[in-house]
Amino acid sequence: MSAPDNTLASELFAPGVGAQAGPPTTPADGTGVAPGAHSHGGPAPTGSPAERFTSTDPDAFGVPTGREETWRFTPMKRMRALLDGAPSDARLTWTTDLPEGVELTSVPAGHPLLEGLPEPADRLAALTRARSNGATVLRVAKEAQLDRPVTLGLAGTGSDEVVWGQLVVEVGAFAKATVVLDHSGLAKYSGGVSVLVGDGAQVTLVSVQDWAPGAVHGGQYDAVVGRDATFKQVVVTLGGDLVRLVSNVQYAGPGGSVDLFGVYFADETQHQEHRLWVDHAVPNCRSNVLYKGALQGEDARTVWIGDVRIRPTATGTETYELNRNLVLTDGARADSVPNLEIETGEIVGAGHASATGRFDDEQLFYLCSRGIDAETARRLVVRGFFADVVQLIGLPALQDRLMGTIEARLGALPGLEDQPVEVA
Amino acid sequence: MSVLEIRDLHVSVGEGNDAKEILRGVDLTVRSGETHAIMGPNGSGKSTLAYSIAGHPKYTITGGTVTLDGEDVLAMTVDERARAGLFLAMQYPVEVPGVSVSNFLRTAATAIRGEAPKLRTWVKDVKSEMSGLEMDPAFAERNVNEGFSGGEKKRHEILQMRLLKPRIAILDETDSGLDVDALRVVSEGVNRSREDSDVGVLLITHYTRILRYIKPDFVHVFVNGKVVDEGGRELADKLEDEGYAAYVADSKETAKA
Repeated sequence: MSAPDNTLASELFAPGVGAQAGPPTTPADGTGVAPGAHSHGGPAPTGSPAERFTSTDPDAFGVPTGREETWRFTPMKRMRALLDGAPSDARLTWTTDLPEGVELTSVPAGHPLLEGLPEPADRLAALTRARSNGATVLRVAKEAQLDRPVTLGLAGTGSDEVVWGQLVVEVGAFAKATVVLDHSGLAKYSGGVSVLVGDGAQVTLVSVQDWAPGAVHGGQYDAVVGRDATFKQVVVTLGGDLVRLVSNVQYAGPGGSVDLFGVYFADETQHQEHRLWVDHAVPNCRSNVLYKGALQGEDARTVWIGDVRIRPTATGTETYELNRNLVLTDGARADSVPNLEIETGEIVGAGHASATGRFDDEQLFYLCSRGIDAETARRLVVRGFFADVVQLIGLPALQDRLMGTIEARLGALPGLEDQPVEVA
Repeated sequence: MSVLEIRDLHVSVGEGNDAKEILRGVDLTVRSGETHAIMGPNGSGKSTLAYSIAGHPKYTITGGTVTLDGEDVLAMTVDERARAGLFLAMQYPVEVPGVSVSNFLRTAATAIRGEAPKLRTWVKDVKSEMSGLEMDPAFAERNVNEGFSGGEKKRHEILQMRLLKPRIAILDETDSGLDVDALRVVSEGVNRSREDSDVGVLLITHYTRILRYIKPDFVHVFVNGKVVDEGGRELADKLEDEGYAAYVADSKETAKA
């Protein structure tokens, strides 16, 4: 497909660079199942991995069964209401704090701005685009320097109806902005967030999932990073019954720099899934991924998938991704799948690491043998584990709130005082 | 004045048919101001004694008593034992990623003292103790035991002993893996505590080397899960010359009989 003709690309990005700098799409095959997004499986006569299938048409993906690579970790039953895709007018309650230099508006379905966005990469993202009936647009004027973060509080109202929402964050060239999406309350929510980072702009997007128990949240985040621009995303997933977020990054020009940070904390029966896809297709860009998760309680479940592709054209790429998981109790499970595809040797560096460890009896014994009670010991360890990522948000008030939430969750562990070390 | 009393202590590891008795009736009394050396060959149960007193969950007490000033230590949780005044310097201290030394020390001191130490004096105390143990100040910002060398781990253990000021300190093979310089620094730290407090010390070691720096008042020879000989400092000299051969042979013969 050709880059769509719209004003946005010419405003935000250098001439000749389309917003759709990412991979060309492959048509769906007859079965309606997306071709494998990974290198293994499927014929690849060029020696390159299969292209990731994208489309704005939900039906082009077929209805997932749970056996597909992109859905195989997801509890499909709990996802069903969203995947059924019933239209709805339900909305989240918005509370906004907009500093000067920021405009919050909306565009109707079919607007050229929407045509220029990266295409949905799974059925849910395509449904979200289609059902949202246009989009809310947050514009930061070029060269604007915001005096405080943009905060969008998005609260669920407890409705049984699915809420569809599409947000476009458009940051002009050389602007500097921090945007906080603060999700709370009870909802079944599917949200698309596209972030268009203009040339030389510096953007931080924080997405907090502090949902009430029972909430379901599916989301696709797409960042298109302009020439010499900086994009930092911090994802903090604490609440809800099921949260499944897909974060995609593509570069519209050389010199882009991206940090993807995340923390997640799953309790009993919570499912938290974070899937990342960084597509290096232009030279001299950088990406750095750091996600940390803790799990406690029966059937707590987390999934982290980190895909990074360095295409033959992406010389001078520097990329690293790290996922660490801390399992606090028996009965919890963390999956971690880093995947790095390198198609050129002309890079600065590429690496990934993944480690899942237990807060074990020996650590507990050591701390307790210094007079520290078991609950405080656990807090100490988890606080330390998360703090180094949370502080990367750069907003002290929000950081304090999130650390407080994390500590409160630790304190909620039942009967800790009654069972200090008799774990053996 | 504190007294740690161990009476006829029996301890095993493992469950059911796999259970194995390690301590077979240990009797020992450590009073404030006394330094006791427990010496014995590998596998004699010295470390089991240390960890059993501290309350490690791996060990099952099958008989006997341990009291501190008459209080039943065995009925206490691990952290209660520490707050009662017991301290174990471990042979293999555990890494605790994500927790800085400074945060750890302050949390421990708060737990032991029952209130947070005043920040100004605390920082001064930590700095001065670290300098006494020839530790770089940057050490405080590292994660507990993460990537520490053997010597750093042992200095860190003794630093905790200095700051937590226990009534009875058990030092489990604190000398193992130390070069001469580190051994001297660590021993001097222990000796400072013996001088400026009336801490009772139970020094567990395989070698007599550390006893040249930390002079024991009593020496106990530990073989096959119990104390088989006791004496003063001169017993250590004898072990230095003759080793454990005599005791080990004895115990084997006893086992056969």
